[in-house]
This record gives sequence, structure tokens and C-alpha cells, in this order.
Amino acid sequence: MGINVEQPADAKQLLKHNIILTSIEKVLNWGRAHSLWPLTFGIACCAIEMMSTTNSRYDLSRFGSELFRPSPRQADLIIIPGSVNKKLQPLVERVYNQMADPKYVIAMGNCAISGGPYRDSYTVLPGVNTFLPVDVYIPGCPPRPEALIDGVLKLRERIMHPERAVKVSQDEQ
Amino acid sequence: MELLERLFVNIAGLARTLMAGWSLPNSIIELVVLILGIIAIIGLIIVDAIILVWLERKIAGFIQERPGPNRLGPAGVFQTIADTFKLLGKEDVIPRSADRWVFRLAPPLVFVPAIMLYAVIPFGKDMVPVDLNVGLFYCFSIASLGTMSFLMAGWGSHNKYSLLGGMRTVAQMISYEIPLLLSVLGVVMIVGSLNLSDIVAAQKNVWFIIIQPVAFIIYLIAATAELNRGPFDLPEGEQELVAGVYTEFSGMRWALFFLAEYTNMVATAAIAVTLFFGGWHGPWLPSWMWFFLKVYLIIFFFMVIKWTYPRIRVDHLMHFGWKFLIPLSLANLLLTGVGIEIYRFMRG
Repeated sequence: MGINVEQPADAKQLLKHNIILTSIEKVLNWGRAHSLWPLTFGIACCAIEMMSTTNSRYDLSRFGSELFRPSPRQADLIIIPGSVNKKLQPLVERVYNQMADPKYVIAMGNCAISGGPYRDSYTVLPGVNTFLPVDVYIPGCPPRPEALIDGVLKLRERIMHPERAVKVSQDEQ
Repeated sequence: MELLERLFVNIAGLARTLMAGWSLPNSIIELVVLILGIIAIIGLIIVDAIILVWLERKIAGFIQERPGPNRLGPAGVFQTIADTFKLLGKEDVIPRSADRWVFRLAPPLVFVPAIMLYAVIPFGKDMVPVDLNVGLFYCFSIASLGTMSFLMAGWGSHNKYSLLGGMRTVAQMISYEIPLLLSVLGVVMIVGSLNLSDIVAAQKNVWFIIIQPVAFIIYLIAATAELNRGPFDLPEGEQELVAGVYTEFSGMRWALFFLAEYTNMVATAAIAVTLFFGGWHGPWLPSWMWFFLKVYLIIFFFMVIKWTYPRIRVDHLMHFGWKFLIPLSLANLLLTGVGIEIYRFMRG
């Protein structure tokens, strides 16, 4: 974005040599997209809906995402299900930093998106995107399990087609 | 059927004659055949693990009345392959305060004994990689090596949860090693040999599960505990220990632990089949097919147990091991000895 890379004269030749690398990236992206293991991490009432999503009625495991990992090292996805207040913020940030790349963030529910009804409170952060790079926002108070499944599928689409994702820089928000 | 029965033996024979045609010395031919065998076993382990992880998730779904993975391929069979690619692409995190070498060495060292177990298992008629006369002894001495690497993983991570998990694993594995060995001794007393091929041959007419039912039950319980599988999966008890010994491991390092668990599970089931279910004996089908059928049946049982029972408490685990299983297996040993003497006396 905005960086002009000067193309070497034999760009096509280089592309031919590097084509195998892009294929590997595609295969890896396919793997990443289809096995998003969330972190066992709940904050508020949205977490109840998150638990319900993995249970028999909705069954997130159909999409390969039922393996909730207790350790952040093995998780690929952190779902922020609830309002993050100022005391919790450093802990969430630490857990996020402990996760191994590539990692994704889903902001679940209005509180995680913007602070929701507690937006004006002196203790609650106005949304987790103030300190985490959020990939998918799921609105609702709390969102239904179907909405969470849809969010996971949107995230999958985003991982499979990184070129479709539009980057919005911090100051444009 | 005869062709299928001899399939793998014939492949090895073919490789031998092919290389003899190139006039290679005998030692090199044997070495190449051995390496081919090792490659075949490692392939078997990896394919097994991929199938078993999928099977485990499907069985979990079946028991909890949900479909389980079903989007990738028919009934979700490609789910594990996607997981493998993802784990290959994960960042490799080594904590700054970790003991680097111990941390790095632990996952391979868990996996190595798990593969080594396969060296002595008779997979079918004339299909035992190394026909060791102390086969059973070898199995259990190798299997107990895995304990050390769990402690290494716990210590090397420099994390309180890892260390606690590692300590628990060691305590659990050492306590359950004793009933495991004592339960197997009954079979050894009847056969009078530690060679696994001899034990299989002795079950031509009657399987040892009929003669030694108590020993089989003790073996099954102790083996589940040895494998750290539910309801004995305390080392990774999420409620108390985050992920136990696995807490600090990411990507492929963690996957190796997982692979070792499934490898060990197949090996334990294979030993159970060899000792109690007549090994490769069976009518109609080729011997190796019978062997794998029985192995998968026991693995299915392990999985059903894991997904139906809640995790037991640490002190209950110790009480059960030391105060119930060990006396029971000793009593079984005594009864077996008396039984053998009576049998000899009757036959004169």
C-alpha cells in the first residue's frame, strides 16, 4: 500500500520461480481457514452464547472449530465475548500476545465492538479495537449462536481470500 | 486371500530378490529392507494418527448428539489434514525463561519411545519387525521412558502449570506402571515366554481374555492411565492447570505430543490384542487385517470411555491405583499361579 516496488526486468522469470511459494501460502491459508481453534476465554453474557455455539444444538465443530484450547499458545482465534474494562485490558492484551502467529480476533457483541451500553462508563473501554486488531465484528446483545457461526465463516472467507480484505488504518476509524 | 495374507511378506521378498539381482552384498540388502520396514511403520503411524483424530472428534460428536466435523470432504475426513497444515504454519514460540534444550528435546523424546514400541509387535503371520525373545519386557521398559520426557517438558517450560502437570504425569505413570506390569505377568506365567510371537502362538485355541479376564480389565484401566487419556487425563486438566505440560508448546512441538499420544494408544491397543485377544489369529480374513480390526475395536473402546466419563480427582487416582489395582493384580497373580499348579497336577 503506497509503497512502490520497482519491478526487476525479469519479473516474469522470478514469478515463475516463486510460484511454488504462493501455492504453499494458499495451502497454508486453506488449513488456517478450516481449523480455527478458539481460546477458552469468556468475559460476560456473550460467553454463554459462545458456549452454546459449541453444544449439540448449534455445533461449531461442523466447521472444525470446536477444539477450544485452554492454552493461548495453541489457539488461533480469540473471541472477545463481552465488555472489556480498564482493569481487564492489560490481561486481554497479554493473552493476545501469548498466542502464536497467525492469530485472529473476533469482537463478539456490542460491548466488545464499541462498549455497548457501558460506552460512557469511566471503567469500560469503548471497544476492543482500541488495543487489538479485530478481524470480524459480530453485532448483537448478545449475538445468537448462529451469528457467531456466521462470524467464524466470515473470518474463514477472509483468511482464504486475503486480497479481499480492505485495510482501514487506525485514524480513519 | 492367500495373496493378501502374504502381501507384505511378499513385498519384502520382492525387494530382496530385486536387490540380489543388482549383486549387492547381503548386509546392505538386509539394511535396505529394514529401512523400508521403518518407513512403512512411520507411514502407518502418521496415517493412523490422522484417522484417529478424525475418529475421536466424530465419536465425541456421536456421544454428545451432534454431527462433529462434516464440512471438509465426506463426513469431514479431511479436517485433520487442514489441522496439520495449520499447525505446520504456526509460529514456534519458545519462552524467554525456558530451558531451551530441554524444551526443544522434550517433544521428540516423547515421540521416539512411542515409535520404538512398534519394533516388536507381531502385526500378522510372519510379520514381526524384530522377533525379540524379551519382547514384552522391551515394550514396558521403552514405554516407561516416555515418562521422563513429560517431566522434561514440564521443567523446561519454566511455567508453574507445566511443572505441576509434569509432576502429575510422572506420579500417575509410575503408580500405574506397577499394576500394568503385574497384570501382564499372569499371561507370561501361562505361556512361559516373554516373546510376543510365542504369546500369540499360545492363543491359537483359546484367547487369554477367557483365562485372564481380571488381568485384562486391570491392563485396560492401567493402560488408559499410562496414556494420560480420559478419565485419567489429569496432566492436562484444564480446570486447574491451563493445559498442564502442554501449556507452553505451540505449533508442531505441541502436535508431536499429540501424535505421540495417538501412537502410544495404537501401540497399547496392539499389545492388548497380542496379549489377550489372540493377536492375528482369526478365521477367513488375512491375519494382519484381523489384527488391525481388533486394535481399532479396542481404540474405539478407549474413545468411548474418554467421552463418557468425567475426569477423576488426583487423590482418588492415587488411592485407586495403590489401594485397589495393585492388591487386585497381586491376587490375580496368586490365583493364576495356583491355577497353573492345579492344571499341571490334573494332567499328571
